[in-house]
Amino acid sequence: MDLLSLKNGSFLKRFQVPISVVLIFGVAILLFYTVPIWGYRIPALVLLMVVSLFALIFDIKTVLISSILSALIWNFFFIPPLFTFHIANGEDGLMFLMYFIIALVHTTLSFKIKETEKINRDKEDKEKSIQLYNTLLNSLSHELKTPIAAIIGAVDTIKDHDMDLSDKNKKELINQIEIAGLRLNKEVENLLNMSRLESGSIKLKLDWTDINEVIHIVLSKLDDQSKGYKIVFQSNEKLPLLKIDSLLMEQVLYNLIHNAIRYTPVGTTIKIEVKIIDDICQLEIIDNGPGFPANELPYVFNMFYRLPHHKTGGSGLGLSIAKGFVQAHNGNIELKSIKNEGAQFIIKLPAEFSYLNNINNE
Amino acid sequence: MNKEEILIIDDEPQIRKLLEINLESQGYRVRQAETAEMGLQLAANHPPDLILLDIGLPDKSGQDLLVELKNWYNQSIIMISVLDNEEEIVKALDNGASDFVTKPFRTNELLARIRACLNRNKVEDNKTVLTFNDLQIDLLARTVFVNNEPVKLTVTEYKLLVLFAKNAGRVLTHQFILKEIWGVGYQSDTQYLRVFVGTIRKKIEQNPNKPVHINTESGVGYRFI
Repeated sequence: MDLLSLKNGSFLKRFQVPISVVLIFGVAILLFYTVPIWGYRIPALVLLMVVSLFALIFDIKTVLISSILSALIWNFFFIPPLFTFHIANGEDGLMFLMYFIIALVHTTLSFKIKETEKINRDKEDKEKSIQLYNTLLNSLSHELKTPIAAIIGAVDTIKDHDMDLSDKNKKELINQIEIAGLRLNKEVENLLNMSRLESGSIKLKLDWTDINEVIHIVLSKLDDQSKGYKIVFQSNEKLPLLKIDSLLMEQVLYNLIHNAIRYTPVGTTIKIEVKIIDDICQLEIIDNGPGFPANELPYVFNMFYRLPHHKTGGSGLGLSIAKGFVQAHNGNIELKSIKNEGAQFIIKLPAEFSYLNNINNE
Repeated sequence: MNKEEILIIDDEPQIRKLLEINLESQGYRVRQAETAEMGLQLAANHPPDLILLDIGLPDKSGQDLLVELKNWYNQSIIMISVLDNEEEIVKALDNGASDFVTKPFRTNELLARIRACLNRNKVEDNKTVLTFNDLQIDLLARTVFVNNEPVKLTVTEYKLLVLFAKNAGRVLTHQFILKEIWGVGYQSDTQYLRVFVGTIRKKIEQNPNKPVHINTESGVGYRFI
């Protein structure tokens, strides 16, 4: 038996029959000594109550066994003549029969309620996944088809109107094909990452990483897109090497900084800071852009989330991938934002540190 | 016009076509194979000057084909892989591939790697002074100059820089570098490597944050240019 099944629910479920049998006997023994106080009919109600409680928790089989067992116990130990299944009195006979019927009806009803609940839950789950699937399809068809349309359109124009096109326009069309291709590539990468996360197949490749270098690599990848923005980052030579998956963290930082560029106007300052607080590496990406509306904050890391009424494209996967990759490192990521004052993403990354780089290697 | 022959082993006709047009425009002769078996045959019948090998082939993994080819083929093999496959890339490099490009690759990048590999096949190790733009390494005097100013390197830094320089244009995996510089047994100590690359960059790069000589190939290794 593994540790998990020892915990609460699964343990109860697994041993429900012996547990209920023991409980019924236990309660019956206690009740047996109370007969002088309140007679032998009240115990029937108490036993019935115990069976009803079982019906809330246990499966129908267990509850049925408990009903029959408790009825027999009541008959044998409580109804005179004691210690026989014989019932002398007609009234007691009727009580016994009613006890039996109530227990059975109770069992059946609670079973039916549970069944309906389960069906409803399944239906809800199914609806949710259909909804997610639809969002995925919508987002996908838009995000993938837009660049495909650009490529096919540009190629058609070049093929069919070769003569009428100026060199400048031809170059522009070819540029458009390039941009569309790169965008498609990025989208596919996002989808692959998302499916890796969803299927739980992310295996961290931990290696010593200079986080300053990772940030510089990300910034140079974003060189073109960050034109006009004020990117502030100062390498900190005192930082230790971190044992992390550098490629995943590169992706995380790329997504966050790319996001900051995409959703803030040109001229915005985007600041990247790295601190070591206790055993945690804390990375912050701070911008002074328009920020997120307070009521949107809980949803920004959701899959396919996009700020409402926002014109710029994007599949809404970037932040959820960032979160997934950080969580894969047992870290977490949070967003603080004040409308019109900017957004601050904070990554807390637990990692093994090495201060070897601060030792003189001469 | 050069007349070197390049063999493309890739099952995707579109990629083969693209490569063919590109390589022929650069004056290379091109032969193509769409399966591992065909590739092996072509390579055996007329050993080409360089092989472009796709990691994912229909009849056999490109990795296995690489190992088979490496048994007797001494020229460069450049692997073509799909994105997000750093482990495969490292494995191929450790199995003797000279370099790699990932799909989607930029043609300039591929052509540069092909040139670097073909040059390496030709040039013997008889140069005593290696020059890379502003950087000069004198192997006899064991001195390094940046913009004609001498630079002081430690023994290990110098060894590492020379290893990079002798493999210029080529990606070196962390494992390979560690084994060459620190020897067997240090192959998992990438922290040393990070530290030394950092200190060398500070000494030879104009802007150590945007290195032009020692480039990081994320998840794979370093490429010196």
